[in-house]
Amino acid sequence: MSGLSIDRISMRFDLPNGSSVQALKDVSLDLAAGELLSVLGPSGCGKTTLLNIVAGFLAPTSGKIQMNGHAVTGPGAERGMVFQQGALFEWMDVRDNVSFGPRMAGKRERHWAEHVDHLLDVVGLRDFKAKAVYELSGGMQQRVALARCLANDPDVILMDEPLGALDALTREKMQSLVLKLWKETGKTVILITHSVEEALLLGERLLVMAPRPGRIHREYRLPFADLGVAEDLRAVKKHPDFARTREEILGMIWDMEEEIMGRTETTQ
Amino acid sequence: MIVLLIYVAIFAGAYFLVKLLVHRGTRDFTARKTVTFGDESAVRPNRIASVVSVLSIFLLWGAFTGSAWVPGVLHAPGPFTGDAQFTYTATADGVDPDDATVTIRVFAAGTQSDPPPVDPGTGWARNDSDAIAAWRSGLVRVDRNDDLGRDAGHRVIAINGQLIAPGKEVLTDFGRIGMSPKGTLNVEPAKGWQMEPIWLPPPEAVVARMIDIARNGYRDSTLWEHLGWSLFRVVAGFFFGALAGIPLGYAMGLSDWFRGWFDPIVEFMRPVPPLALIPLVIIWAGIGETGKIILLFLAALWIMAIAARSGVSGVSISKVHAAYSLGASKAQIMRHVIIPNSLPDIFTGARVAMGVCWGTVVAAELVAAEKGAGMMIMVASKFQLTDIVIMGIILIGVIGFGIDMLMRAAERALVPWRGKG
Repeated sequence: MSGLSIDRISMRFDLPNGSSVQALKDVSLDLAAGELLSVLGPSGCGKTTLLNIVAGFLAPTSGKIQMNGHAVTGPGAERGMVFQQGALFEWMDVRDNVSFGPRMAGKRERHWAEHVDHLLDVVGLRDFKAKAVYELSGGMQQRVALARCLANDPDVILMDEPLGALDALTREKMQSLVLKLWKETGKTVILITHSVEEALLLGERLLVMAPRPGRIHREYRLPFADLGVAEDLRAVKKHPDFARTREEILGMIWDMEEEIMGRTETTQ
Repeated sequence: MIVLLIYVAIFAGAYFLVKLLVHRGTRDFTARKTVTFGDESAVRPNRIASVVSVLSIFLLWGAFTGSAWVPGVLHAPGPFTGDAQFTYTATADGVDPDDATVTIRVFAAGTQSDPPPVDPGTGWARNDSDAIAAWRSGLVRVDRNDDLGRDAGHRVIAINGQLIAPGKEVLTDFGRIGMSPKGTLNVEPAKGWQMEPIWLPPPEAVVARMIDIARNGYRDSTLWEHLGWSLFRVVAGFFFGALAGIPLGYAMGLSDWFRGWFDPIVEFMRPVPPLALIPLVIIWAGIGETGKIILLFLAALWIMAIAARSGVSGVSISKVHAAYSLGASKAQIMRHVIIPNSLPDIFTGARVAMGVCWGTVVAAELVAAEKGAGMMIMVASKFQLTDIVIMGIILIGVIGFGIDMLMRAAERALVPWRGKG
C-alpha cells in the first residue's frame, strides 16, 4: 500500500520536575498517495510533534506509524521536510543546496542536472543558481528549500509552517507555488500552519487539532485546493463556502483557546 | 605629568582643528543620521584621528628624546651642555676669605671630555675646572689645588655670593650646586625635560639599531633568526594544538562519552594560563625547542578544542534534520553539514589561539631561550640596551598584529558565510 498510516500514536514528554506533558494522545490518520493535508490548531496542540514523528526525528511513546507499508524508525529520504526557516546550507550555493539529496545518494551530475535545473526554473531561481543562499530574500530562500526537497523526489513532503516567516505578498505567491507543485508532482503533502486561511487554501483535507492532550478535534474535506489550482487564490477566498468554513474554524479555535485560559485560571 | 598634559592638549587641539578644517561629505547614509550619540553603528573610527594619534606618539617620543627627526623648535628643553662658570668664596684658618672660579664643562652623554684648562689665578684659593656628562652630577673638590687645604680649615661659605652650608644648595643659571655633609660641592647641571637615551632612546636610534641588528645580528643570531624562531615555535605549537584539539572538540560535540570524559580536563585546563605551565614544562622538557613547542601546543589545544566543540553545538538542529531527511549518512552530515558549519567558530578559536601562542612564546623566551624575540629583549634589558628592548617590543607588536590580520583575511576568504546562517 502506498501512503502513510498513523495508528493511535501517543507522545508523552517527561519533564525534569517530575510532571509530564501529553503532547499527543491516540492520533490516528491515513493518508493516501497524492493527498494534500493541512494541520491547524492552537499552539501546544502537538502539530509540530506529530510532524517530527512522521519525519522520524522523534519516536512516539506508543502507536505505530508506517510509510508505504514499512515502519518508520528514523528520518528517511522518502519523507522530505521543509522547515520554517529554510534550514539551508549557507556554505553552498543555490544549486548545490538543491542538488544536495541526489549528490548525497551518490548520483552523478548528469543524472540529476536536468531535474535540478528544471526545479530551479519552476521556483523561478534559474538566474540565482550560482548565488550564495544568504544573499537571497526570505521568500527566495524558502523556494530553494522547496526545490531542494523536491529534487530528492520524496513520496511525502512535510512542511512545518514553511510560509510563517514571510510577508503577506510573498506568502500569497508561495501558496500558489505550493499548490502548483503539488498538482504537478502528485506528491503527498502534510502542511502545518498557524493561518486558518492558508490551511483552507492548501488543504484537500484539513485537520483541526485540540490541545492538552494533543488530539484530532475535527477533520474536513475541502474543495478549495483543487479550485486554487485552476483559479486565482483571491477568487477562491471570495467563495461563500470559504468564508463560512473559515469563520467556523476560527470560532472552534477561539473556543479551545478560551477553554485553556479558563482552565489555567481555575487551577491558579 | 607634563607629557600627559601635552598629550591631552594635542588630543583636544587636533579635535577642534580637524572639526574646523575638515567638513566630511554628507554622501553616505550614516552621515545623514541625526542621532549618533547612543547609536553604536553610527560611530565609525575617524581615520584622521588615528593618523594624528600615531603621529603624536612619535612626536612626543621625538620631542622628549631630542630626536633629529623632530624639528628643533618642538624639542623639549634638553640638558645643559657646554662650559659654565661659578665663583666660590672660601675661608681658612688665619687668612681672609678668598674667591676663585670653577669652570665646568658639561659634555654630551656618550662622549668623553677632559676638564678645560684654566688659569690658576691669584690669591690662596685657586681656580678649578671639571668635566661632567650631561644628566650626571659631579663632586668637585675645590680645595684640592688651593694653598690651604681642609686640614687648615678650608671651608666654602658662598657660591656666586650666596651663602651655602653643608646640606644646603644654591641655584645657578646652569644648574644646581649642593653641598655634601662634609662640605664638598656637588655640581648638578640642569637635566632639562628630555629623557636620557639609556631610559628612552630617540626613534632614529631605535631604527639605526634595528638596521644594525638586521645586518649584524645580536647574540649570534640575526634579527630575522630571532623573529623567525619565535614564529616557527608559534606555528608549530599551534599546528599540533589544532591537529589534536579540533578532533577532540568534534568528539566532545558528538559523543556523550567523550564529552563526559574530557569535560573535566578541558574545563580545568582552560583557565590555567599557559605561562603558569612554563616551570613544569622546563622541568619536564628543558628549555630547548621541545619544551617551547609543548608549551604552545598546550596553549592552543584547549582553545581549539573548545572552539570546535562550540562549532558543533552551534549547528542548528533543523539543518541536521534537513540533511537526514535528504538521505545523508552520518559521515556525509559530518562532512557537509557539521564541519562547514563549525568553520567560523574554529577560525575564531584559531585567531585567539594564535594570539595566545604569540604572547606565550615571548614570555617563554623571556624565561629561557637561546634565540627568539623574547630572549633578545630580555638579554638587551640586562645590558640596559633600551633601544633593542623598544625595537623588540615594536616588532613583537607588529608581528602579533600581522598574524591577526592574516587570520582575519583567511577567515573572510575561506568562510564567507560567517554569521549569515
